[in-house]
Amino acid sequence: MAKMTYREAVRSAMRDALRADPRVFLMGEDVGKYGGAFGVSHGLLEEFGPTRIRDTPLSESTFVGAGIGAALGGMRPIVEVMTINFSLLALDQIVNNAATLRHMSGGQFGVPLLVRMATGGGRQLAAQHSHSLEGWYAHIPGIKVVTPATVADARGLLLAALKEPDPVLMFEHATLYPLEGESEDGTPMEIGRAALRRRGKDVSLIAYGGALGKTERAAAQLAELGVDAEVIDLRSLRPLDTEMILASVARTHRAVIVEEAWKTGGFAAEVSACIMEGAFDALDAPVARVCGAEVPMPYAQALEQAALPQPETIVKAVQGLF
Amino acid sequence: MSIHKTAATAGNEREHALALLRQMLLIRRFEEKAAELYSAGKIRGFLHLYIGEEAIAVGAMQALAVEDAVVATYREHGQALARGVPAGKIMSEMYGKANGCSRGRGGSMHMFDAGRRFYGGYAIVAGGLPVAVGLALADKMQERPAVTACFFGEGAVAEGEFHESLNLAALWRLPVLFLCENNLYAMGTALARSESQTDIHLKAQNYNIPAEAVDGMDVLAVESATQRAVAQVRRGDGPYFLELRTYRYRAHSMSDPELYRSKEEVAQWRGRDPISLFDAYLRTQGMLDDAELQTLETGVANDIDWAVAEAEKGGCEPVSDLARDVYGSVAT
Repeated sequence: MAKMTYREAVRSAMRDALRADPRVFLMGEDVGKYGGAFGVSHGLLEEFGPTRIRDTPLSESTFVGAGIGAALGGMRPIVEVMTINFSLLALDQIVNNAATLRHMSGGQFGVPLLVRMATGGGRQLAAQHSHSLEGWYAHIPGIKVVTPATVADARGLLLAALKEPDPVLMFEHATLYPLEGESEDGTPMEIGRAALRRRGKDVSLIAYGGALGKTERAAAQLAELGVDAEVIDLRSLRPLDTEMILASVARTHRAVIVEEAWKTGGFAAEVSACIMEGAFDALDAPVARVCGAEVPMPYAQALEQAALPQPETIVKAVQGLF
Repeated sequence: MSIHKTAATAGNEREHALALLRQMLLIRRFEEKAAELYSAGKIRGFLHLYIGEEAIAVGAMQALAVEDAVVATYREHGQALARGVPAGKIMSEMYGKANGCSRGRGGSMHMFDAGRRFYGGYAIVAGGLPVAVGLALADKMQERPAVTACFFGEGAVAEGEFHESLNLAALWRLPVLFLCENNLYAMGTALARSESQTDIHLKAQNYNIPAEAVDGMDVLAVESATQRAVAQVRRGDGPYFLELRTYRYRAHSMSDPELYRSKEEVAQWRGRDPISLFDAYLRTQGMLDDAELQTLETGVANDIDWAVAEAEKGGCEPVSDLARDVYGSVAT
């Protein structure tokens, strides 16, 4: 275990993978000379050279598709799409090709591809640079979706993703990059296992990615108010660890799901439905959701903060269940 | 039209020429049978026929080696047959049978064959181009001397992925052979109604890719152009682009009423039928007579009978296997 930032954790996991496996390479916009839009790949070009750290043109659909082709051709590509907002330009390749090829080919081909991107709001970047659409991707069978919320998970889930025979999308909340913490202890992680971040008996708070920190702060405030909240970090949206969610709700009898994305058709709705299907009888109150406000993300700070879940809104939602 | 002499064909031009004719006939008769079986309800979904364009798949495939890769579109029965995917596996796939080349998961539009590096039919126009670029990147990074042949129609030229893919392949000097089958219609939209520049190979030249237009109805012209192009790509000189001018005789798919073109236009192109042209040429060279043609037709008919029989007797994938091949197993 070592102390590092989330940004360094992603970088060190990529560096380990690049050193260990000659098939691994990184490509994306500004990953080389610039060092990554968020500084994640800083120094990798110098260490591994331009063949393995490849700056691409602004052609999201084609460099993601080229990642798919390279994976089919025996490589182990990591594709960085600068942010989830730009990944919309690559939806065709992700949804129609990466997710389908194994099944459509009757199992003859797999696409062992890792696509990483920053996600989320909170940085006053307005409506085109603040999306939280990872739930859209979690809708799609054939791909896996991970959302590391801690330094240890940023390393652990990236290394786990590179062991997968199928496409994995990794969403890194952009506000997490400077977060400091302990890196993982080297125990291999398995995609699809949620983490119990705080044990409690009164309510289950379920969050992932950028919403985890706020949820943990809400849990601390609730403790002062005499409410003992359990906090679950999903870590992976597909596959979803329904077992841990249901076991928690069976203990606490209440659940609040927190995510930055819009409520309508969001991933919180999926988690809520899982609870209804698997733990309806255990519930003492309706499942509640704390989600992003249903507006395109505004620029002004006060408006943006009002559009995002906050510890206070989470606390209020919990209080409404009692 | 003239027989192009290569190391492979020297001394046995006639044998090679008859093999080309037989492959074109196989595709033609296979497609005719597929249309019949579609009408009979044996084949469902979309069915896009290649009739009229046979010279391209057959001519181009002659230049490819076993280590080369092929990426195709939803109109890919011809490429699959010419690449050597067994007709029975293709027909069984269209029947949705477990013995189909994609276990009945793909159908007419999604044929795959890992052993032949046939990376499939892509049914989103231009969607296969980035994949082809990536396959070529993988070959280049692993220092394999392979070429990726990427077939697509001229409709793809209007898509952003076409431009992005040509740019990236040229920028990184990747071993991709772009094969644009220009049959003049993107479904029902004529080329001149959708493109400001209708000489498609000029677009490729703008990306610094050597490009030429070829008569796609002349199997020998396609073969020799492709051989030149593949040789250059294999040398490591980056991508090459061929615009193969052709025509689709049949409707876009089986549900197309063909309101967008005249019968006269179709008839005019039928006058340049790739099989008839080659047949006539071979007769002038003394390489073909009625008896030989009959022998070829009989052999092709037998192949297709076998293919249909294989599809008819093939088993269905059990519904209990519905969810197989969505994910693979994690390596340990």
